[in-house]
This record gives sequence, structure tokens and C-alpha cells, in this order.
Amino acid sequence: MKSIVCIKYVPDTSEAEVKVNPDGKTVDDSRFSFDINDADNYAVEESVLIKEDKGGEVDVLSIGPKQSEVMIRMAMAKGCDRAVRVEDDRIADHDPLMVAKVLAGAIKDKEFDLILTGCWADDYGHMSTGVALAEYLGVNHASMVKKVEVLDGKVRAHRELEGGLMEVVELELPAVLTIQTGINEPRYAPIRGIRQAQKKELNVVSLDDLGIDPAEVGSEASQVVLENLYIPEVESAAEFIEGEPDEKADKLASILVKGGLV
Amino acid sequence: MNFSLSESQLLIQKTVRDFAQNELAPIAADLDKEARFPHEIIKQMAELDLFALPYSEEYGGTGDGCLPYVVAVEEISRACASTGITYAAHCSIGTDPIYLFGTEKQKQKWVGPCARGEMLAAFGLTEPNAGSDAGGTKTTAVLKNSEWLINGSKCFITNATHAGVIVISAVTEPGQGTKGISSFIVPRDTAGFSVSEPYDKLGLKASDTAELYFDDMRLPEDNLLGKRGEGFKQLLKVLDGGRISIGALALGIAQASFDAALAYARERRQFGQPISKFQAIQFKLADMATSIEMARMAVYRAAWLKDQGRATTRESSMAKLYASETAVKAALEAIQIFGGYGYMKEYPVERYLRDAKLMEIGEGTSEIQRLVIARQLGC
Repeated sequence: MKSIVCIKYVPDTSEAEVKVNPDGKTVDDSRFSFDINDADNYAVEESVLIKEDKGGEVDVLSIGPKQSEVMIRMAMAKGCDRAVRVEDDRIADHDPLMVAKVLAGAIKDKEFDLILTGCWADDYGHMSTGVALAEYLGVNHASMVKKVEVLDGKVRAHRELEGGLMEVVELELPAVLTIQTGINEPRYAPIRGIRQAQKKELNVVSLDDLGIDPAEVGSEASQVVLENLYIPEVESAAEFIEGEPDEKADKLASILVKGGLV
Repeated sequence: MNFSLSESQLLIQKTVRDFAQNELAPIAADLDKEARFPHEIIKQMAELDLFALPYSEEYGGTGDGCLPYVVAVEEISRACASTGITYAAHCSIGTDPIYLFGTEKQKQKWVGPCARGEMLAAFGLTEPNAGSDAGGTKTTAVLKNSEWLINGSKCFITNATHAGVIVISAVTEPGQGTKGISSFIVPRDTAGFSVSEPYDKLGLKASDTAELYFDDMRLPEDNLLGKRGEGFKQLLKVLDGGRISIGALALGIAQASFDAALAYARERRQFGQPISKFQAIQFKLADMATSIEMARMAVYRAAWLKDQGRATTRESSMAKLYASETAVKAALEAIQIFGGYGYMKEYPVERYLRDAKLMEIGEGTSEIQRLVIARQLGC
């Protein structure tokens, strides 16, 4: 089983205050700490679990800056075998289709059975890179996968739908799965794994190295124009329910029903 | 000059931080409350190779050295100082003496299992009448028919109950003061060796601290560690390393105090705004953050010097002294920022203070550290 896991280096916006730069199109990321995208972390674990169960190899693929190599090494410390990091500032990385096109360009000459990636990224949250990647590569895909069973030449994917429903689909390999958080328990890399990871192959490539025409993945090719970023104003409204306890309960119930909350 | 951790050191820091914050921090209050030894966590730490960090690969270590180990002690202690001292005592003063002074055979026999976390190690130095003054050691070891006959006791010994191996000091040449002290390797199951009930302590309640008793305890002649009469010299060297790890432990507690205080100050509203907007609170937080950063520089630098194979007596004492006093101050200020809530067991900061206090006492009190530093200055 040959797998490729695509991971992204994203800012942790939970601790530092988010500020939009004066250009209105970028965020001041100087105070953020960056790390692997949460769902991608589960995709790494799933790929390593599949390798441990079925044998084979796992390649890591990521588009990101030099600093993201710590994240890539961590994936290798957990059991991935080698990695490719694409660094090129000509990629229109706000557009998931452009990102997927670059990933597809980096994968097209490789043999693979499975590609795993997180179902969404914590920064832009498009939820489309994995699906677009499958389209560019011309292979099957399943999104929001909460359980994976590798069968002979096929994979059975349990997809999480709204309202706690699960859908089970079978796909012919090769295929792309976008992994939902909670599918497994990501491991902590043991120190010996960290040491081994230092010796594993990590290639840094540009668009030119991949034979991708920058004009096809740059802002001129993208149909998405980033117009403006802003912090939404916080609105709050509170309604106090008056009356005897029975009346209060009735009023509350009708509000919940009207609002479609129950 | 390079103030950055290397890529592998950053990975070690991240792995230990994630592990400690996810698995250990949520149970630290319960461990403290129930004075429960963290067996399960120790097992997981062994699986992550954390006990192997300081030791070379030929003895079962990972060969990472002192600095990554110190980073790990800091992160573990930030989540739970009881687990931190268990870890630090196991490596720095339990296993290190054998690693530093053992024969090849002794190292092969003991360092490997300790580095793999198959057993815990402890260090028995302090006695009821030999605390800061190790020269007052009363435990005796007499060589008779190729066996050491050992009598005496030790107190305040971390990991006493759960250690599989304990290095102890004893007088082999009476009347020669510190030059008459030797060290011995004591396997847990040695006849004549027993351990008291654990102490009821102010803090670090989940760590295992008890007394050791040696009643006509017999050890094979080759359980002597290093040379006869060199025990005191050895323990000074061991404490040079041990003090760096106490510095790291203190740093972890100080950081935890600061983390809690900052989060609370940003959340707690009085007079219509978060208290972090008041200068009185800001100055406290600024001073805490500054001292913690200075302590970190001192602790990491001492560890780095040790990794370079350089003498660290002065730097170890400075790092331990400064970090431990920083930890106590940071915990006190955290309680002050929490106000009445800080005094309650419901919040973690009172635990940080109870845990921090030992940092100014163990492995040489602050007063002893100042003496060591003064002597190093040529006084």
C-alpha cells in the first residue's frame, strides 16, 4: 500500500488576537504560532495506521515555507517515510483549486494507492482541496471520512453526514480520502522516531522543478479574487423570559421550536 | 551564539508539551489531591523514550543530551511538578551517578533499564543529620569477606518506594570527613534494605518521598560505585547536573503559574474591563514573564555547557537558585492575581506555590547555592 498524505502548516488563532493588516487582504501573523492543520494531523495518523496494518510506505506532501519543515519532520517522526515540500511564492494559495493543481502536479508521476488529507483547513476553511485534487488526478474520492477499511483493491470509507448520520461507500483504488477529526487518536512521536526522522529524505521543490507553469497556478489563473478581510462585529441580543416557571418553560419551548433549534 | 533550539530539539519540546498538556495536566490536580503516584504516566513517558534522552545510545539512550532532557523536564513540570520531580530525580541523580562513575558492567546492567524506563532510580544522600552538610553522613559501610555490610538510614528520598535501584552514600573511612565517603549501588530487593511509609508533604504530593533503612544490609564488593573514598567528589558532580534539572522543574512551575495568571487576567472583568488592562496587574505579569525568560536562559545555558563537556558548578547553582526563586515568586503573584480564587483548591495556582517551595530546598537550599556561587567567585 503506497499512501501520500497532504498536510498544511496553519496558524493557531486561538491564543493570539487576530489583526488584519492595513492592506485589508492579509492577516498579521507575527504573533501566531503555526502547526499542522488539525484534520491533517488525523490524516497523518490514519496513513501510519494503514501502513502498520497493511505494510507499504507513506509520503508526505506539503506546500509551505521553510519553517513548516518542523511539522513535516514530526509527521516523519510518527512513521511517514519521506517528504516533498513545495515552496514557491507564485502559487495563489488562497484558492483551493490552485493549491490542488500544484499538489496534483507534484503527485502525477508517483505511484500511489491512497491519498489522505484533512477534510478542511483551519485557516481558509474551504473544504475543497482534497476533492479538487481527486478531480485533477482523475481518481475516486470520499470526503469527511470517519473510518477507513482497506480491502483488496478497494477502500471502504465511512463518511460523516449531518445529524449524526454515517454513509458507507466503497471506492476502487487509487482514491483520495479527506479525513475528519476524531477518526483516530493521533500519537505522540517517540524520541527515537524524532531521531530517525532527521535522517529521512525531505526534498524541497519549486514549480519549475515540478514542471508546472506558474501562470496556471498563480493569481492570474485563479478565478477567486481576495477582496477584503475583516473581523466581524460581535452582535449580541438577550431576551429575558418572564413569568411563572410553567409559563417560562412554554415560552422557551416555543422559541426553540420557532427557531428550528429542536 | 545561537539561541534557537535545533529542529530535533523543537520536535522534542513539541512532543513532550503536547503529551504533558493533553495527558498529564488534566489529571495533575487529582494526583495532588489523592497523593497518587503517576504510574500510568511514567509508563507512557517510557514509551516516548523520555527517560532515554540524556544517555548515549550504547547504554540504551537516545544520545540527545542534557538540553533536550531539560526541555522535557520543564514541559512535564509545567503540567505536573510531582511527575517532574519523579522524572528529574530518576535521571539526574538516580541514573546519572551510575552513568558517570559506573564500571562498564555496572553501566550495562543498570543504565539501560533506567534509560528504557523499565525501572526507576533514586539517590540516597540526605540523612537526618546530614542535609546541607553531607560530611555529617552517619551511614556506614564495612568491607568483610568480599561483602559490604551497610547500616544506617536516609531521609527525604525521592522515588524511594518505587525505585528498582538506588545509589547511596556511606562512610567507608571513618574520621576522614568527606574523604571517607563512598557510593554504592543498591538493588531494590537487597536483604536488609527497607523503605518507610511515604511522607505527608506540603506539595509535590503525587511524588514518592520516603526514608531508607539499611539494617546489616549486605552488598557484593563490586556494588561499590567508582573508587572508595570518592563518594563526596562524585555527589558534587552529580548535583551539578541535578541542579540544572531542578532549575528546569522550577521553570516549568513558574511558566504554569504565569500561563494561569495571564489567562485569568484576560478573562476576569472588574470595573467594566479585564483586569489585564490595569497597570497594577500588567506590571506583575511583565515582571513574571521577564524573570521566567531570564531563568530559562540560565537553565538552558547550564544544560548547554554540560553538553559541551564543560564545568557547570557555578552556572548550575545560579540557574537553580534563580529559577527556584522565580518559581516561588511567580506562584505567589499568580495567587495574588487570582485574588480570593487563588487561595482556593479549585484553581491550580495554590498547588503551584506548594510545589514551587521545594525548589528552594531540594538539592541544596538557596543558601547553599549562594555559598557554592560565592566559592566559585573566589570568596
